[in-house]
Amino acid sequence: MAANAQTIETVEGLAGDYKYGFVTDIESDILAKGLSEDTVRFISAKKGEPQWMLDWRLRAYKAWLRMAREKGEPTWAKVSYPEIDFQDIHYYSAPKKKTLKSLDEVDPELLATYEKLGIPLKEREILAGVAVDAVFDSVSVATTFKDKLKDMGIIFCSMSEAVREHPELVQKYLGSVVPVTDNFYATLNSAVFSDGSFVYVPPGVRCPMELSTYFRINEAKTGQFERTLLICDKGAYVSYLEGCTAPMRDDNQLHAAVVELVCLEDAEIRYATVQNWYPGDKNGKGGIYNFVTKRGACRGARSKISWTQVETGSAITWKYPSVILQGDDSIGEFYSVAVTNNAQQADTGTKMIHMGKNTKSTIISKGISAGKAQNTYRGLVRVMPGAAGARNYSQCDSLLIGDRCGGHTVPYIEVKNRSAKVEHEATTSRISDDQLFYCRQRGLSEEDAVSTIVNGFCKEVLQKLPMEFAVEAQKLLGVSLEGSVG
Amino acid sequence: MLEIKNLHATVDGKEILRGINLTIKAGEVHAVMGPNGSGKSTLSYVLAGRDGYEVTQGDILFHGRSLLGLEPEERARDGLFLAFQYPVEIPGVANATFLRSAVNAVRKHRGLADMDAMTFLKTAKAKMKQLQMDEKFLQRAVNMGFSGGEKKRNEVFQMLMLEPTLAILDETDSGLDIDALKIVAEGVNALRGPERSALVITHYQRLLDYIVPDVVHVLAGGRIIKTGGKDLALELEAKGYADIIADAA
Ligand SMILES: Nc1ncnc2c1ncn2[C@@H]1O[C@H](COP(=O)(O)OP(=O)(O)OP(=O)(O)O)[C@@H](O)[C@H]1O
Ligand SMILES: [Mg+2]
Repeated sequence: MAANAQTIETVEGLAGDYKYGFVTDIESDILAKGLSEDTVRFISAKKGEPQWMLDWRLRAYKAWLRMAREKGEPTWAKVSYPEIDFQDIHYYSAPKKKTLKSLDEVDPELLATYEKLGIPLKEREILAGVAVDAVFDSVSVATTFKDKLKDMGIIFCSMSEAVREHPELVQKYLGSVVPVTDNFYATLNSAVFSDGSFVYVPPGVRCPMELSTYFRINEAKTGQFERTLLICDKGAYVSYLEGCTAPMRDDNQLHAAVVELVCLEDAEIRYATVQNWYPGDKNGKGGIYNFVTKRGACRGARSKISWTQVETGSAITWKYPSVILQGDDSIGEFYSVAVTNNAQQADTGTKMIHMGKNTKSTIISKGISAGKAQNTYRGLVRVMPGAAGARNYSQCDSLLIGDRCGGHTVPYIEVKNRSAKVEHEATTSRISDDQLFYCRQRGLSEEDAVSTIVNGFCKEVLQKLPMEFAVEAQKLLGVSLEGSVG
Repeated sequence: MLEIKNLHATVDGKEILRGINLTIKAGEVHAVMGPNGSGKSTLSYVLAGRDGYEVTQGDILFHGRSLLGLEPEERARDGLFLAFQYPVEIPGVANATFLRSAVNAVRKHRGLADMDAMTFLKTAKAKMKQLQMDEKFLQRAVNMGFSGGEKKRNEVFQMLMLEPTLAILDETDSGLDIDALKIVAEGVNALRGPERSALVITHYQRLLDYIVPDVVHVLAGGRIIKTGGKDLALELEAKGYADIIADAA
């Protein structure tokens, strides 16, 4: 069918051709490929870590070696890819750090990259790691934020800094939700994690702003093995945004991150992700393997953890943000949109483990498939014997575009307490010709029509995102589905 | 404005339109009547450029330009509007969001800047008042759970917002109560002007009391078998189609 010139231009500009996929040639510290005990020691030394942290990593490394020998990578997910050669990966890469006084000193290549990405000047500075004193207003705004947080007792820093500055907190909580030997990728991450975010909100404090890596000066360049730890003490509240649309400068394929959330009595954590990593080309060449372990523990009574994710990127997504509902009356939520187009594969969902009395969980999952992509929702709702009065409501909807893609729903439900109530609903639908024609008759291009219909389909999830994020996510849905019809 | 010349069209390989000739001049309102299954909706879809409706012969000129190679959205942006016989539901998409995207797509095509949210809301509310529609319909998902009559009114609301030069109304009167019929007809009349035309498909002469047509056509078996003035509608109402079809055969 003859698309108009404008559409062609848009498609050429965006589809297939990943907009953020260019390479920047810049001086950086790269460790030779390969994984050994020395790799682990090198990373730990680079970060100036204390002995206990190195020991922790080495324990993880030994465990991972055993896992690799005995079972290898997990194979139960509905994804397929060639075996990964773990010796063919760089485990450490960081741009050489200097303290810069102004943008003039920043590598012009790097600046050009940010410009291409359309990042506003003020943000470019932050990302480039300019030491920020009062050069530009906006930058001091970021500093002001940091000061304000500090005044309230909120710790928001990189994982490396936390290991050095707040060892008591890190030792207490790191690995307490995702144990070192939890799973193949999490164990690998425990051995070689490069950096990540650390947040601690003290008792009774409501974090006054959405925290995101955006404000985390100098720490934007976390590697492919991120480790994030968020602790919300009694009665505290925090909302955290993880945007993966920021420039990713890694040329490696594997991203194995771990995120741990700890929520004490009456505390609440909201964690939102918009993930748009390189999905590979139309035929499935290249792209990121996104193998992530995210888990939260509602340790205290009446605590609440809410995961919201919009996943549009990556060649393969393997990700199950989960909640362990230990405290009585605690609440777990999972709101997810996963889009797969062309040759992308996603196997994603959640686990809600009900342990405490009257614990509640809600799961809303929207899977969208186009091209020859495969999209699987895999979820577990487990009610333990002690979880009297537990409740779960799950709704899993799949939307298919075209007839070569697949949407699958694999719910596991295990109920060991008779007073529990578990409800599961699932639907599969297609974008109808009627809907497309109706939109187009009103003047919308075919791409906009698809994007409009898909956004409607995902509305319940999108409205859980903070405003700026929701707008970005909406645009992303449109972009990632371009070329999916016609 | 619109010139349909010896139009033949097939759906799924089956010929439904079999040589239609019809010319609508700027400012005119034409009515098309005809038995069920005669091809009225098919004609409207072919004019709007729906996929799967294949033109096998003839041509359609709109403002002197052939529509045949154009996508539905291009025709829409050029000022062709179709009020659907069965408006389509779009879950989760607010009526206001949908309509604003549509309005801005059309404006962009005409070289105009986007209509900002405030102006849009003001204009929309004014049109809704005119159609006696509750403002709540702006926030509801497009046609979701609307009653039959509400859907039809919503079509006319969209039409008023988009200000087409050619409006095709496919049985917009079906399902409307008597008061609603008047209101909707007034809405359509409000858009009448020397530069705007309409093609009104209906089964009932009653609508034509309110939207008085310049010309009435009878479509049967994929052809226009009779054309006349507004009195033709009265005649049909009284006698039905049998005689005319017999005469034409
Ligand atoms: N996909 C299709 N395959 C075969 N026949 C079709 C298809 N779509 C429509 N038709 C036929 O085309 C004919 C014309 O249909 P159309 O909807 O245009 O009629 P209409 O004049 O609008 O009728 P009504 O007054 O009932 O709305 C009908 O006989 C219908 O069954
Ligand atoms: Mg019809």
